[in-house]
Amino acid sequence: MKNEFKVIADLIEKDKKVLDVGCADGILMKFLKDNKNANIRGLEISKEKVQECIAKGLTVIEGNAEKDLKQFPDKSFDYVILSQTLQAFLNPELVLNELLRVGKKAIITIPNFGYWKVRFHLLLKGTMPITKTLPDEWYNTPNLHMCTIKDFVHFVKSRNIKIFKSIALNKLNASLINEKNLEIKNLSADLGIFLIEK
Amino acid sequence: MNIETNLKTLIVRNPLKLDCGKTIKDFPIAYETYGSLNSQKDNAILVFHALTGDQYVSGTNPVTKKDGWWSYAVGPGKAIDTNKYFVICSNVIGGCMGSYGPSDLDSENGNIQGTNFPVITINDMVNAQYNLLDHFGIDKLFSVAGGSMGGMQVLQFISNFPDKSKTVIPIATTSSHSAQNIAFNELGRQAIMADSNWKEGDYGSNNSNPGKGLAVARMAAHITYLSKKGLQEKFGRKLQEREDLKFGFDADFQIESYLRYQGSVFVDRFDANSYLYITRAMDYFDLAKQFNGNLSDAFKLTKAKFFIISFTSDWLYPTQENKDIVIALNSIGADVGFVEIESDKGHDSFLLDVPDFLNALKNFLDKSYEEN
Repeated sequence: MKNEFKVIADLIEKDKKVLDVGCADGILMKFLKDNKNANIRGLEISKEKVQECIAKGLTVIEGNAEKDLKQFPDKSFDYVILSQTLQAFLNPELVLNELLRVGKKAIITIPNFGYWKVRFHLLLKGTMPITKTLPDEWYNTPNLHMCTIKDFVHFVKSRNIKIFKSIALNKLNASLINEKNLEIKNLSADLGIFLIEK
Repeated sequence: MNIETNLKTLIVRNPLKLDCGKTIKDFPIAYETYGSLNSQKDNAILVFHALTGDQYVSGTNPVTKKDGWWSYAVGPGKAIDTNKYFVICSNVIGGCMGSYGPSDLDSENGNIQGTNFPVITINDMVNAQYNLLDHFGIDKLFSVAGGSMGGMQVLQFISNFPDKSKTVIPIATTSSHSAQNIAFNELGRQAIMADSNWKEGDYGSNNSNPGKGLAVARMAAHITYLSKKGLQEKFGRKLQEREDLKFGFDADFQIESYLRYQGSVFVDRFDANSYLYITRAMDYFDLAKQFNGNLSDAFKLTKAKFFIISFTSDWLYPTQENKDIVIALNSIGADVGFVEIESDKGHDSFLLDVPDFLNALKNFLDKSYEEN
């Protein structure tokens, strides 16, 4: 399991009700079910991935986060997870609001466009950055709204969303982000993981 | 009907009050079982059949000598694995394969009931079949499953008996028959009733049979079970055993010949009045209405795990109608999974060899059973 998922799992206590939005093949769901006794549901747009989840014995709903979150009642999950997908929505703000409505808390992870490798790629090569977390070319990337860790922190603050925990992830290295080290984490982290609530 | 005498039948002694107000008792339910019930009695799956189905889910149907209607899904090693699960299926009341129906005699006057048979509902069908649990001494089913009208029964069953099944699998179905569904059923009924041999439903004592009307009803319905793409790919404009058009009204096209064949074989195995009664039951089905318009309330007492399946090319019970059930369940935090299967085989997909569907069904059942 990738390190990002381990960090996410550490944020979730045992016996919680969890919704994994864009749960893909269900690896994180399975881990949370087996290790945290989570009552877990997934929402996934790809038919193939839905089948993989069913084969793992996971409860998954085929659907689209931009349309199908509205069927869940307010605060019906303890945690709602969105891993590296926010930037791919047509309207990320709308989805974020929905996640915070459905979940008592939300765990959002974003690929950090402020990561030094990304910055260097654009600066030195002059072409759209390609890294491990951003593997696609400009013409086939699903990402519509890339942002940096700093962008995301500013955004949630401007919307009066409470940040409980911000974690910078660089390969195996997870570290807390605070106001003092924001600039440096925004440069050194490949991925930002945020535990938020509204 | 040419029904073999070794038909398995349960005579229900308990009176059953029907939705129409009438009470029936001492009536037969014909059923079949596959696999064996384990000692804990926790491996039973109650399968509900669709409009023209019967209790012969798998193996060879002793009446038609053809494969059971869900042979792709049910059998040893199949999605619903009869090496593992005990499958029970019964003919619905109103049917014509041994359960209490319009071709049965009236116990008071000894006449064939015909249209004197009470109008039954999906709710009545399910309440009648519930008696099978007692019969087998099963306290709780492992699953209830069915497609189309079978799916309606699945929904009604878990609503009526919220703690009587661990898992619930409605397939290619709806919680409420749409105007289009009712329209197609009415077309079929009118075809039957327009046949002069129908004789106001009294053909049984007149030794006649409204076969032509019933065949037309079947032909029209059969079109709704297929997709445009499926029909086009299978038949296109291909001609039937001829080089060119004959400038007449014989079956020039293969699709005509196919439909005529479907109509004619159907007449041999199905009763016209049963067709009227069962389509009526489907039309009356509106689960939300039973709960003052709130579908979620139909499920609020159950802790069962739901798995809902639809098919991309099913325009009779389209994905959205299946999703409406998912939405109703999610709004009360029920345990519900949902998948839409890619298939160009139309509504009939659930009866056919559609591997993604069969795999999903198998995985859901087997994984849920492991967690038991």
